[in-house]
Amino acid sequence: MTAAGTELTLRHPIERFTLDNGLRVVLAPDRSVPVVAVSVYYDVGMRNEPEGRTGFAHLFEHLMFQGSANVAKMEHARLVQAAGGTFNGSTHQDYTNYFEALPAEALERALFLEADRMAAPAITEENLRNQIDVVKEEIRVNVLNRPYGAFPWLQLPEIAFETFANTHDGYGSFVDLESSTVDDATDFFSRYYAPGNAVLCIGGDLDVAETEKLVRRWFDPVPARDVPPLPPTGEPSPTSVRSAVVEDALAPAPALALGWRVPDPVGDFDTYLGTVLLAEVLSEGDASRLERRLIHGDRIAIAQSSYVGLFGDPFDVRDATLLTTQVHHPAGVPAEKVMAAVHEEIGRIAQDGVDADELRRVQARIEAQLLQQADSILGRTLSFAAAELVHGRAELAGELAARLAAVTPGAVQVAARGLDPGTAAVLELRPAGGAR
Amino acid sequence: MTALQETSLIPPLGEPRPQPVPVAEETTLPSGLRLVVVPRPGVPLVELRLRVPFAAPNARNAGVHAARGSVLSGAVLLGTQRHDQTGIAQLLQSHGAEMSVSTDADRLLFSTTLLPDGLGPVVGVLAELLTEAGYPADQVDGERDRLAERLAIARSQPGTIARMALAARRFGAHPYAIQLPDAELVSAVRAPALRRLHRERVLPAGSILVLVGDLDPRAATDTVAAALEGWNGKGKAVEAPAVTEQRPAGIELVDRPGAVQSNLRLGGPAPSRTDADLSATRLAAMIYGGYFSSRLVENIRERRGYSYSPRSAVDHQRATSSFLVEADVATEVTGPALLETMYELGRIALAPVTEAELDAARRYILGSMALSTATHAGLASTLSALLGAGLPADWLRTHQRELSAVTVEQVQDAAARYLAPERLTAVVVGDAARVAAELGALAPVTVTGSGTTA
Repeated sequence: MTAAGTELTLRHPIERFTLDNGLRVVLAPDRSVPVVAVSVYYDVGMRNEPEGRTGFAHLFEHLMFQGSANVAKMEHARLVQAAGGTFNGSTHQDYTNYFEALPAEALERALFLEADRMAAPAITEENLRNQIDVVKEEIRVNVLNRPYGAFPWLQLPEIAFETFANTHDGYGSFVDLESSTVDDATDFFSRYYAPGNAVLCIGGDLDVAETEKLVRRWFDPVPARDVPPLPPTGEPSPTSVRSAVVEDALAPAPALALGWRVPDPVGDFDTYLGTVLLAEVLSEGDASRLERRLIHGDRIAIAQSSYVGLFGDPFDVRDATLLTTQVHHPAGVPAEKVMAAVHEEIGRIAQDGVDADELRRVQARIEAQLLQQADSILGRTLSFAAAELVHGRAELAGELAARLAAVTPGAVQVAARGLDPGTAAVLELRPAGGAR
Repeated sequence: MTALQETSLIPPLGEPRPQPVPVAEETTLPSGLRLVVVPRPGVPLVELRLRVPFAAPNARNAGVHAARGSVLSGAVLLGTQRHDQTGIAQLLQSHGAEMSVSTDADRLLFSTTLLPDGLGPVVGVLAELLTEAGYPADQVDGERDRLAERLAIARSQPGTIARMALAARRFGAHPYAIQLPDAELVSAVRAPALRRLHRERVLPAGSILVLVGDLDPRAATDTVAAALEGWNGKGKAVEAPAVTEQRPAGIELVDRPGAVQSNLRLGGPAPSRTDADLSATRLAAMIYGGYFSSRLVENIRERRGYSYSPRSAVDHQRATSSFLVEADVATEVTGPALLETMYELGRIALAPVTEAELDAARRYILGSMALSTATHAGLASTLSALLGAGLPADWLRTHQRELSAVTVEQVQDAAARYLAPERLTAVVVGDAARVAAELGALAPVTVTGSGTTA
């Protein structure tokens, strides 16, 4: 198992340099297929939003697709897609990213597009009003018009954390979104989208020397600006249970989410790896502890999952974060019964540990999943970029399989002891009205 | 002047580099199972897809077949003569694998990734599932009850309600009308029916096993042939019967009181994968609403802000192909959004697209095909679908050549035949009290109850 993880690192060497304006550049060449991926990660996410501006990081992400100094509206998409490429962007808790996957011959075009909007995106009243409408539709599709839409990713942080940065709705309230102004957007850009606050990561079919030349051609002219200090997002560990009940008018069946604070994903990485594996031991596949207990043994649940990091990726988040266990259960089963069974299974691991064979199987499975993600040039490039931004080392993404394979049963047991029933955040979703 | 300057700033594209051409090695085992092995550089993994033809034999028992098939796809993993459910999962997991089994109106699909050293053991587990699945009665009951709960959750999703309504309206009594099995039929499923269904329908004849990734074709073929020797049940594959589009006029409005959005869905026939018109129709669908640079996205998202993700596509099933349009829009703009959606359909059906639109769409389709087959998993799934549709493994190349040759005239001809609004069946899911009147300004509206069955 370790061998393949090591092999992955060796096969994708990392080159890096920093421009005078502060832009950090990571190159991950791999010439096996004529595809290249370009990504820019800005060190600003939902946790950076000021009060009264919930959802602004995401709204601003939309504005970055509205054109820039030398690119008209709709032209960004056309220039990428008419080259045979795909593009997107996404807003996370700790960063906002923009990326393209293209035929290798379109590399310079993608660099031009990213540099042009890093220098001067088209922030206009018309574009802002249009994208506020689009974002509202996105929120209706993903949250308001569907059952379980906010469960638990928007609802659990409210009770699991204390500070505004960690508790607020990162999709945003309609009131905040509608009151956003062009000045807000200009200020946000000026403060957070400095080249020194970003990582440019390029992976795939590229020549290192030639690519460095192209990067300098397009990004050197972007003027340097001050880089804001990284705001602390950590919180003291909770010492009590926090509970809430939410009603969902569209949901046909109840659900339960439990969230526990976990070790610092960056500062305490080795301990954190034990927690990442614990989530897999608990929930990954038919052989996992909770699948066997809740679904097949007691038959008190319909579906269960456990994951670390609110958006499901344990390696692209900073402190504070959670291990979340979420369970959908039949209306006839009380939430307390489900919760007791989850606590009991975690308690069993805290008490008795995990078997070495069980852990080895889980490690083999997670290795395969990491390899699968790395098989796509875009997927691999995004992992490198996130590791560079969050952990300061792109190489870490290639080493994860090996690092996880080295985690001991003892470390998983320690992680389980951290999931104390007395410090859990408990969110119950109840179907209301039975509307279907 | 300005235009010239702008064009000169945008870096031109370089010379395209050749795509590696994966070579598929094919064998047909004595049982009738087709085995396709594709070695491919990349990560040290193998992707496995086993496609078993699983269409309903006829319209009359399509409902029962769909219900049993959906329970079977979970229950086949509940145990064999040698291993219980946990034992199976552990065996797979130790090689990085996790078997996912799914059904649709055409096939049953076994699918997993695995570490290369695990090929023998994992195919061994697959052989056990195929020849010795036990369907223990008590566990089958548990699986069936969970499925019933999951189906209730699925039916509460507006997108699912819309998909079910459109299929029912287009396909009438054909098995393709059933997008999700009926709750009552699911609750009637018992273990003996699954054992019989497995015996009669999980057969090597017509089935195709695809392996892609870090493997040696000859050794892999030998491993599979030996492991699956015992899977030799006799019988013929059943494929779906021919489809007749119902083409009802007007709009079906599925009432969802209080909904803050309306789900617009349009669908109609499209050329099959072997039809000479497919390439031109795919390009027309792309220019209309198939990607971000399309007319529909520019109109109802980037100009008017009506919708987050409007889209259109050509979708293939074994017995029919479809042109589909989807847009989820705010309740208060439902009428105007459908009007613009129809307007863009009418425009592309009646007036030629530009050369620039055609070139962009063509490059995008070719580029995204290359991207989607540039991973083990992407190539395995694509090959499984193509071979399952009766096409040769090199169909993608032929299709690429055809796409390259399509003209503006051919796109317009295809759009007139397949994208004209008059050719499409319309369904809207939304709050009837708020949207019925304005939809009525565009076409006659029939309001139906909620998409769920009581």
